[in-house]
This record gives sequence, structure tokens and C-alpha cells, in this order.
Amino acid sequence: MMDGVHDLGGMHGFGPVKVTEDEPAFPEAWEGRAYGMVQSVGDPESTIDWFRHIVELMPPAAYLSEPYFQKWQYVQIIELVQAGMLTMEEVLSGKAAEPGPPAKARNIDSVLGIIHDKQHSFERPCKTAPKFTLGDRVTTRRHMPPGHTRLPAYARGYEGEVIAHHNAHALPDAGARGEEVGEHLFTVRFDARTLWGDAANPLDDVTLDLWESYLDPA
Amino acid sequence: MATFDRDDAADLARHLHSHLPSDPALRTKTLESLLVDRGMVAPETIDAWVEAYSDHIGPKRGAQVVARAWVDEGFHTRLMKDATKAIAEFGFDGDATGHLKAVENTPDQHNLIVCTLCSCYPFSLLGMSPAWYKSAAYRARAVREPRMVLEEFGVRVPQDVGIRVWDSTAELRYLVVPQRPAGTEDWDEAQLTQLVTRNSMIGTDRDLTPEGG
Repeated sequence: MMDGVHDLGGMHGFGPVKVTEDEPAFPEAWEGRAYGMVQSVGDPESTIDWFRHIVELMPPAAYLSEPYFQKWQYVQIIELVQAGMLTMEEVLSGKAAEPGPPAKARNIDSVLGIIHDKQHSFERPCKTAPKFTLGDRVTTRRHMPPGHTRLPAYARGYEGEVIAHHNAHALPDAGARGEEVGEHLFTVRFDARTLWGDAANPLDDVTLDLWESYLDPA
Repeated sequence: MATFDRDDAADLARHLHSHLPSDPALRTKTLESLLVDRGMVAPETIDAWVEAYSDHIGPKRGAQVVARAWVDEGFHTRLMKDATKAIAEFGFDGDATGHLKAVENTPDQHNLIVCTLCSCYPFSLLGMSPAWYKSAAYRARAVREPRMVLEEFGVRVPQDVGIRVWDSTAELRYLVVPQRPAGTEDWDEAQLTQLVTRNSMIGTDRDLTPEGG
């Protein structure tokens, strides 16, 4: 949802950052339980992009007020309900329609192994040569599809410079539809003044990692 | 099977927003008891996930990598060239670090990492992300007014030092390599590791000069 409330870059009104130092991994106990559940139970056919897109589809008021791992829990529930693995009645009552045999427990070594082996590569084959090379000037498109995309609103329609090419990666716009499309990925650098006007320091810049279909030659 | 149906997902999200209890702890407990009763997960498995990030994986990993880069020029070169491969020398590769890029602070440039669209973070290297990193205030402001945000962290970056903000919009993840502070020439790798703060590897800390240094 291109123009959803999740697209926060550059927005005003949120006040100062609440700075914390060295807090525990899960400051509240429920956060660790929620995280562990999301890691343990899911729809195997889902994609990282569909996961993110479900978060973006939350009602705006919920998006802004729900803690981080509650957003993940929304996604987990919605994926499981859509996959037919749970019903909404079960979710809201907390009672299983049909109890199952207890799941096999994993120990810490097993979990650490999963985390280590989860080193996914998102590089994908792509038949076309990259359209851009290092140093090229590019303009971001006014790319506003109704579905998921990773070109934020604050960086649309501006000129920047390609500073890296990362081969082809899975295009998120397609991934959120369950399709796999490999497309060249670039890091593009924008002068802060291009994005934010004269108030920005002339030495400052912002980089984004952007797919080829988000870009035109400048 | 996954439907990838946006309208249905939005309907379900609205339904949950109207009907779930407001307390996150109660919601989570209810869901855990359901998943356990259905035989979809064992409570001990969830315990193990909590333990993994509470006791085994955290910013100390990143600090070891940075300290190694400070003392070992060969490792420094490998880290800057391919950080995913370099951290694998420690066994720290894994979740969300499949495309890791190290970016280095210099006297003329400071680096700051944000994910404006969600809260992407290199979990297997730095552990769970801090609450402020996931906050709307940080995500909204880091790209637009990084100097003001850094002042809220007690970090003043001089006007003649450029700030580059990296917005993690793809599956690349970033590690800031802070500058080795002056006066630590005699320190060994283990001592240097103690100086590297979590925030310095995200870019919300810059000067790691030890107290009294």
C-alpha cells in the first residue's frame, strides 16, 4: 500500500526519539513469546514481502499504536487464518476447535541452528543486463501502485546517483503477490537538499536501495 | 495455502483491531495457549527463541567484528568488501544478514542507519533492535533531520562532517564501523570490544573515546 501510514520517512509530528541504552532483548515478557511464536508457526507459502504488506494493511490507527511485535502477531494470525490453519473463532476465543498432539519441542541448539541457517539470499536470476552503472544519474519514478512497494513517498520523483549495483534481487512488488521476479537492484544516493530543501546541510545525503523499475535515466 | 488477497487481509486486520483485547500480554498468552493446544508449537520452543536472543545473540557480536576490523587490516579489507562473508568467520552470519554491507565512519563522514518503511535490522549480528529504532519518531525523522535526531542521542556532529543516512529499503542490511578512538593504540582486541556500543554500530553514537581518555 504505497501511500499507507507505514511510509513514515520525513513525516513530522512524532516528537523526540525516546532514547534507551542497553535494554534487554525483550523488555516485556510477552514480546519474546510473540517473537518466538512468529518464528515457530507460519504459512510456509508466505513471502517476506507479503508479510510486510499485511502489516501495511493494518488500520492506520492500529499501525501507529500497536507495539512492534503486536504488528507481527497481526500478520501471523492473518496468515494462519488465510491459510486455513486457524479460524478467527479460535483466535478470539483462544480455544482449539480440535486439540492436536503436542508439538515436538526444539532446544536452544536447534533454534540457534535455525537462526544461523536462515541466511537467505534474495539474489535471483535476471535475463536482462542492468540499465544503469555506477555514477549514472537517475530519477525515481512517480511509482504508486496500490499494492506493496519499497520506493518510499519521500524519495519519488527526485534525481540521484547510482553508487552500487547488487545484481538482481527479488522484486518486493511481485513478492507480495506471491510471484518471484528477479530485477536489478541499485543503491542510489540523493543529496539531502534535493529531498528536503535548503534547511539540509549541503554535505548530507540519503541512500536508498532501489529496483530498476523504480528508476528512469535522469 | 497463502492467498495473497489484500482486501481479505485488510478486512481481517480491521476485525482483529475491533475484537482483540487491548492488552498485548493477554493477547499473546491467548494465542500461545491456542497454538500449543493445536499442537502447532511447544512452549519450550518459544523459551528457546527467547533464550537465543536474550543470552546468545546480541550487539556483543557486532562489537567483536568491529574490534577485529580495527586491529586486523586483512579482516578490515574483507569486511568492507563482503561483510556477510566476513562475519561468517565468527559464525555470526544468519537471520537478516545474507546481504550485509559495512559502512565506515571517517573524520569527514558519519553514517546513520534507518528503515523508514518497517524496521529492518541485522538480527544475527546485532540481536533484537532497540525500541527507539522501531519507533515512528526515529523512522520518520532520521532521513530528514539526522543532526537533530543525533543530538537527542547526545551526539553533535560538526557542520563540516557530512552525514549519510542509509534507508534499508531492500534486503541489504547495514553495519556502521565506528572510528577507533585515539589513545587506544595499546589496547588489545578484547579490550576494544568493550568500547563498541550497540548505538555506534547503527550510527546513533560516534565518539567512542573511553572515559578519562
